[in-house]
Amino acid sequence: MKLSIPELSLVLLVGPSGSGKSTFARTHFRPTEVLSSDTCRGHVGDDENDQDATRDAFDVLRFIAAKRLARGRLTVIDATNTQPESRKPLVALAREFHVLPVAIVLDVPEAVCHARNQLRPERQFGVRVVRNQLQQMRGSLRSLEREGFRHVHILKPEQLESLELERQPLWNNRKHEAGPFDIIGDVHGCLDELLLLLTRLGYAVSRREEGSPGFDVRPPEGRKALFLGDLVDRGPGVVGVLRLVMGMVEAGTGLCVPGNHEVKLMRKLRGGDVKVTHGLAQSLEQLEREPPEFSAQVVKFIDGLVSHYVLDGGKLVVAHAGLKESMQGRGSGKVRDFALYGETTGETDEYGLPVRHDWASEYRGKAMVVYGHTPVPEAEWLNNTLCVDTGCVYGGKLTALRYPEREVVSVQAARMYCEPKKPLGAREMPVAALTAQQQHDDVLDLADVLGKRIVSTRLIQNITLKEENATAALEVMSRFALHPKWLIYLPPTMSPSETSQRPGLLEHPAEAFAYYQREGVEQVVCEEKHMGSRAVVVLCRDADVARRRFGLDGDERGACYTRTGRRFFQDAAMEAAFLARLGSAFESSGFWEEHRTDWACLDCELMPWSLKARELVREQYAAVGAAALASVAEARTAVAQAAARGLEVAGLGARLQARADGVERYVAAYRRYCWPVQSLEDVRLAPFHLLATEGAVHVDKDHVWHLETLAKVCRADPDWLMATSHRVVSLSDARAVEDATRWWESLTSRGGEGMVVKPLAYVARGKKGVLQPAIKCRGPDYLRIIYGPEYTAPEHLERLRKRGVSTKRSLALRELALGVEALERFVRKEPLRRVHECVFGVLALESEPVDPRL
Amino acid sequence: MLLTLSTTHSPATDLGYLLHKSPHKPQSFDVSFGLAHVFYPEATEQRCTAALLLEVDPVALVRDRQKSSGEGRSLEQYVNDRPYVASSFLSVALSRVFGAALSGRSRERPELAARPLPLTARLSVLPCRGGEVFLRRLFEPLGYTVTATRHALDATVPEWGDSRYFTVTLDATLPLGELLSHLYVLVPVLDDDKHYWVMEDEIDKLLRHGEGWLASHPEREVITRRYLRHQRSLAREAMARLSEGDEAPEPEDAPSAPDDGEVMLERKVSLDEQRREAVLSALVEHGATSVVDVGCGEGKLLRTLLQERRFTRITGMDVSVRALEIASERLKLERLPDLQRQRIQLLHGSLLYRDARLTGYDAATVVEVVEHLDPPRLAAFERVLFEWARPGVVVLTTPNAEYNVRFEGLASGGFRHKDHRFEWTRAQFESWARGRAERFGYGVRFVPVGAVDAEVGSPTQMAVFSR
Repeated sequence: MKLSIPELSLVLLVGPSGSGKSTFARTHFRPTEVLSSDTCRGHVGDDENDQDATRDAFDVLRFIAAKRLARGRLTVIDATNTQPESRKPLVALAREFHVLPVAIVLDVPEAVCHARNQLRPERQFGVRVVRNQLQQMRGSLRSLEREGFRHVHILKPEQLESLELERQPLWNNRKHEAGPFDIIGDVHGCLDELLLLLTRLGYAVSRREEGSPGFDVRPPEGRKALFLGDLVDRGPGVVGVLRLVMGMVEAGTGLCVPGNHEVKLMRKLRGGDVKVTHGLAQSLEQLEREPPEFSAQVVKFIDGLVSHYVLDGGKLVVAHAGLKESMQGRGSGKVRDFALYGETTGETDEYGLPVRHDWASEYRGKAMVVYGHTPVPEAEWLNNTLCVDTGCVYGGKLTALRYPEREVVSVQAARMYCEPKKPLGAREMPVAALTAQQQHDDVLDLADVLGKRIVSTRLIQNITLKEENATAALEVMSRFALHPKWLIYLPPTMSPSETSQRPGLLEHPAEAFAYYQREGVEQVVCEEKHMGSRAVVVLCRDADVARRRFGLDGDERGACYTRTGRRFFQDAAMEAAFLARLGSAFESSGFWEEHRTDWACLDCELMPWSLKARELVREQYAAVGAAALASVAEARTAVAQAAARGLEVAGLGARLQARADGVERYVAAYRRYCWPVQSLEDVRLAPFHLLATEGAVHVDKDHVWHLETLAKVCRADPDWLMATSHRVVSLSDARAVEDATRWWESLTSRGGEGMVVKPLAYVARGKKGVLQPAIKCRGPDYLRIIYGPEYTAPEHLERLRKRGVSTKRSLALRELALGVEALERFVRKEPLRRVHECVFGVLALESEPVDPRL
Repeated sequence: MLLTLSTTHSPATDLGYLLHKSPHKPQSFDVSFGLAHVFYPEATEQRCTAALLLEVDPVALVRDRQKSSGEGRSLEQYVNDRPYVASSFLSVALSRVFGAALSGRSRERPELAARPLPLTARLSVLPCRGGEVFLRRLFEPLGYTVTATRHALDATVPEWGDSRYFTVTLDATLPLGELLSHLYVLVPVLDDDKHYWVMEDEIDKLLRHGEGWLASHPEREVITRRYLRHQRSLAREAMARLSEGDEAPEPEDAPSAPDDGEVMLERKVSLDEQRREAVLSALVEHGATSVVDVGCGEGKLLRTLLQERRFTRITGMDVSVRALEIASERLKLERLPDLQRQRIQLLHGSLLYRDARLTGYDAATVVEVVEHLDPPRLAAFERVLFEWARPGVVVLTTPNAEYNVRFEGLASGGFRHKDHRFEWTRAQFESWARGRAERFGYGVRFVPVGAVDAEVGSPTQMAVFSR
């Protein structure tokens, strides 16, 4: 015997103790699908038969069941379930999660139950218990459907033997259909526009001349039309539209979900008590002119429509009024209502229309949702949802979405067929020139950043962000960062080379070269490390571009921010001047045309360091210098006097001498990074990565491309922009390696900060995945401002060498992946929260405690 | 770091007996933070100078600190002035190296130890929080002639100005032990820092070394407070013991919390309290029973609300986890009885992100918060509060910029707090508030908080939005 249950359902096994429920469950379901009340009793009270634990046990059982159903897993309840009051909360649970409750009743004779219980020493609870349960069960049989069970199966012992259980996909499950589709919004009897639209989409449509009236439609190769309902009412060509769509559905060239207007029409045609409003009169009038069989066909057609479809492996969902994630692929009256009518708040607006709850603004699901129902002036993406009802019958447009191309195709309505109750486009507060998504993105949701999160990136599969790190990032983001719409990227941290063992040195290029060579990198680029601060610059060709592409409703044309997302320039006029000057270099070097873009995101170094770090330099570096110079000088005087007296203080004197030397070099070191900034003239910018432009994230280009592309821009304003000096080194070429080392020595001996070694490719992979994107080799004098004036004393250096770079490197990789992902999402025009998630993640990782000297 | 002690007592070399260190032999001592050397740059009958030179091991300093606390890892820990300046390290070295002299004992010259001698102490680098004025206020009442030379932050960058470091010479005629005690206590007070965690035994140290002079020192309160690292309970106890049963004066708030500038500035009018009362009465007037205080900080308003039984649901939200921790401590959340505890919760959140947890309240209070937001982010805050949290009433306060001219010590055009991103005049505030009220469907009225000045209005302005 075959028994079929819906693939997503809550199955209640019903039968007295000893009826064989557990055996049945074991035979037909996976162990993880079965929740047994006995097991739960054991979990809470260590005794599967302890009736005192029943209440708590069922709490646990229902809790687990709820979690499973929320995740869309079939769940089996292995409990006696013989009393209506024990079934009731489970039916409610099924409803809550929009799954179908199924009852499978094991109708086994009392004697058999007894006999089985006799064999189990822990179940000696007498004849009466089982008899009562059996009576309750039998008394229930007729009321099960009334209780809400859509499927009731009563099984006799002899049927159990040969039973085969089959799981049936839900009607809405069309995951196997991957398209391509043309998804068409509310037609409302606008036949002419529909024919035009289909033609424009490449469908060959011809009116059938012979046989039954209708249309012959030949879609473009492999494509299928998807109608979002509300085919009928209001417009002049209801019958034609119905014939066309019904024909396509029958021929398998189209799919259709019902709209609220179809449902109402069907009720009316079936003789229901329905008010003839909202354009129903037009449908009835037009149908009247057709033979009555046609109306019967229409009723049958509408009756057979499924509320929504889940298509293309779950990547696409279509429903007339949209569908929130928790309802997709589920079946219940509520799901159907949502799909037909959407969600209303219960209020009505100034036009007397129900206020619709904006489910799309809260939508976070993975599937794209395409829907209609609410006429909008333009089809606009919001959180991966799109409403394609552009009010054709009101004189707007008839719109289709080509899937998966994401291309919107519209035809203008020939005229206004029906007066709209409220003007099209009045549903949102008008904000100049921003798209729905951009308006939505003005404010991000805390739930999208806080707590432990896992972010999937292209470079590294899953990156886990810890809750405490997100907490720290939230504070920085809220208190100091600039508007998140500008924050499309944050740079990764950079690890130093592994510690050098050479005398007097902590860092040296040899270790950086060795790292890349070990990982099989052929060529590296050595770039001079400028003595400034890391800066990210977003530059638009003008403020209009900034508004259009970044959705900022101001007159800024870009932003210059630090690696933690803070504005560099406190003075807005100075920032504007900065962007203007950079903008003219882009303009005059022909950058915009050459790269076919009107914005760019750059990774740069901004000099002087003291511009950002003025307080730090003053209050920490200069202060320590002042104290150290005075202190060491006095001490040396005293020791010299003591030495003059003939006291044995030579060792102390020598140490002080070395200390004085270290302090002087330290002071000289920090001074090199400071100069006063009165105006923009005193600032220098050295861009070294062209991160992204419209349509492209340039991590597929090597560093030579980046440096040369930017050098071209720098040449347009050579006094102010600095191209980064660099050399390409083949690691197998000992001479080249030697030369590069000499170069580092000469840079650092002149007090330079040092250099950065990068693999030639922006993203290089080694034996164990992505490699460090860059490794810095800092000069010995620069390191005094990091490790303190005296760090080169041998006894100090020895201890300082015990540093590990692995934590820093692991962070660098994860931050790289997040930064690149942020750019890629931005370039793909994903909602801001998706970009922000990555940028926020970089900031969160940066709050990990790491030795700040690295 | 170098301390020299000189005397012109005759014979001056008796200083060696007083310090228990021979003028003829340099000596070195291990101390927890490095080495302490004692040697004599000069030692004649007329004049003798002992030098105490501390060699602080900067690397060990960091390593030890990391072990003990593990928090606050910033570069400051690695590049700092500690090896070069007089600090609590000096106090530790004094008691370790000159312990007997510090307590006024001398094996060889006991009577000399008790006698006033002409003494000069020189500190090569002494950090003085409070500047030369404060330095003089500490030493001059004890009979010293103070000579202080201040060091520039960087001689090559004059516009950076002065550092807080001084080379200090102190001259006085007094017993050596007293001089050492003064240094022992006052050097860390001037530095306003300690390299170790201060606990109750610190009170004993203070009282032991302050015996005979601290109780009558005009700056004893500041000395006590700073010496005990601004821990109020310790300072209170110390003051009580100092004044031996006289009523202990309540020490003022420590000038360490970031809010201090504003607190000090506004103290005269006890504005803080008036603000809370004004907010409370607005809430009462509107019959609110559930209130969310956004930007609750350390929870002062929450404490007021908690005392009123009418508020059955009180939520404090802040972006700073540290502030919430302090709030939790101050409100003693862990020890509140269940019935009280159920009325209040603290949330970590941000005013710039939509937050479902903030919906469903009768009222929201936003006390001295908006001025901490960057103007470009105000729009987000407005939508978060008025559009999504959408409480029935919003009570919002902010400084009245016009009133600033009435604050002494506030530079013209300056803000009351360094984290303020703007301060509004009455017209600016009212225009902003009316705009928001209209956009989001609220009514708004304005209430002055604090004494109203005929010309510039009240120090704080308050808007009450209701719908």
